[in-house]
Amino acid sequence: MVQTEPESSPTVGLDIDRKVGLTSPEATLNAVFEVENLDVYYGSFRAVQGATFTVYEHEITAMIGPSGCGKTTVLRCFNRMNDLIPGARVEGRVDFRNVPIYDPRIDPVEVRRRIGMVFQKPNPFPKSIYDNIAFGPRVTGMAKKRGDLEEIVERSLRRAALWDEVKDRLKDSALGLSGGQQQRLCIARAIAVDPDVLLMDEPCSALDPIATTRIEDLMQEIKDDYTIVIVTHNMQQAARISNRTAFFTAQLDSTTDRRCGLLVEYDRTETIFSNPSDERTENYVTGRFG
Amino acid sequence: MAVSNTGVDAAGDFSVESLTANPRQARKERLIRDSLGATALVSVLISALIIWSLFSEAWTFIVEVDWGSVWDIGWFPRRGIYDIKTLIVASLIVTGIAMMVAGPLGLGAAIYLSEYARPGVRKTLKPILEILAGIPSVVLGFFALQWIAPNLVASLFGGPAAGSLLAAGIGVGVLVVPLVASISEDAMKAVPMALREASSGLGARKVMTTMRVVLPAAVSGLMAAFIVAISRALGETMIVFMAGGAAQTAVYTHSAREGSLTMTAGITSLARGTDNVVGEGLTFQSLFFVGLVLFVLTFALNLVADRFVYKVREQY
Repeated sequence: MVQTEPESSPTVGLDIDRKVGLTSPEATLNAVFEVENLDVYYGSFRAVQGATFTVYEHEITAMIGPSGCGKTTVLRCFNRMNDLIPGARVEGRVDFRNVPIYDPRIDPVEVRRRIGMVFQKPNPFPKSIYDNIAFGPRVTGMAKKRGDLEEIVERSLRRAALWDEVKDRLKDSALGLSGGQQQRLCIARAIAVDPDVLLMDEPCSALDPIATTRIEDLMQEIKDDYTIVIVTHNMQQAARISNRTAFFTAQLDSTTDRRCGLLVEYDRTETIFSNPSDERTENYVTGRFG
Repeated sequence: MAVSNTGVDAAGDFSVESLTANPRQARKERLIRDSLGATALVSVLISALIIWSLFSEAWTFIVEVDWGSVWDIGWFPRRGIYDIKTLIVASLIVTGIAMMVAGPLGLGAAIYLSEYARPGVRKTLKPILEILAGIPSVVLGFFALQWIAPNLVASLFGGPAAGSLLAAGIGVGVLVVPLVASISEDAMKAVPMALREASSGLGARKVMTTMRVVLPAAVSGLMAAFIVAISRALGETMIVFMAGGAAQTAVYTHSAREGSLTMTAGITSLARGTDNVVGEGLTFQSLFFVGLVLFVLTFALNLVADRFVYKVREQY
């Protein structure tokens, strides 16, 4: 079991009081992820320290903060994507619907089938549009009949608001699409396996403003069916689309003399942007820092 | 005149001369460009000369030979019997066996190194593999003759202990394993990590990611690896000459268990010093004819492979 005690040793080196967690208990909402005292290491380097927060169902949760603050690292803990990086190690508790996903009995492949991911740079497979969407259902054995697959492909593309643009060229290479279309294709591909959660790692940072708007609209549309966690560099984006915002920052870790990511504050998005309780959050969201 | 870096002289003037290239620098640039161009030209010229010399002697053979002797019972060049199919079939058998050995072994090693091996293991194994590629073929020829032929082929398949096409084929296969593995591994490593992450993120297991994403994306590199290996196997001389089970002449066979001469071995056995190339009229020219056939085969192989790669590749 990966159940760590709360930090008991005083060697933490970061003398901040952690005003994390919510100001008011949200009893009516279902928790999807509960993160407690999450530490992530790459080799001996500690990238994130002591993050504790909860992600709720059918909400968009944004993670913001300056470069190197560990927000992407935390995101990649939710579907155990960090396992792919040699030397990465996670301590603390990450529960997905009350199941500790870092328990040794857990198969990361099963976790990833339920928790989809969209990446910073659109990464369609060098295959046809159809084969891109059909990939997940095929490798997970979802589609029993040929007709099933066609139905899944159409439904996913419609859901991602891409169907009308590509329905006549499903056999064409996905790489012929524009950047924004490719990213919507990646979203369609992720929802084709019918996940519970969608993780998005700066999904709009490689896109122009119009494509960005389309993706944001899409996120609003699908959040009734999915829970979305998004990492973004763009504070306006977090303010526009998210229900809750986690602000991370990078702080010098005096034990290793390197910068380490830290969750400063987590609250409802309007609170974070209008009335944050931590001075560092205020400095960041008002543009005085970062 | 004191001209500063900005080209503005002491008087504060700025003119065309300020922005004109130094003539010595320009000459140097031209010299470098021309000498590099010359080296490129020389290598093209050498290739052209090789082809020309091959063609001119082979042409004499083609024009003057009695074609009945080119489709006969075997390869007896000193007696005027130049059965080319004996050599071609032997070459194809050896190459086929070599690829049956090197294909699975090389590709398997490449998949392991690229997708499964931890970075430390990879760092050790890859250089070892590349050193293996440098083993002189004469050493492998000995190995094929002294060990593969008697211990493997003769005892398992019942061929002659003194060498056979099968023994030679396995030896050549061992020779090209590192080649296949190394080029294939490079091709797979070149597939962007983002594609593997996309696949993993969709809940694909590693074997699925490898089979359905990495291998298709790397296919042009994998084909290149196989083409290089096949060309190398077709052109390999020492192993087939030593362990192929025939010295100077060969009766036609299509059995891998028997000894025969491949195209390269046929040329070698005949051309051991120019004094030895004697016999009926066209013996000397037959060497060039066989060389030309080998050249055309390899060339055709490359063309076909190019077409194939263009059809199946997935560009990323």
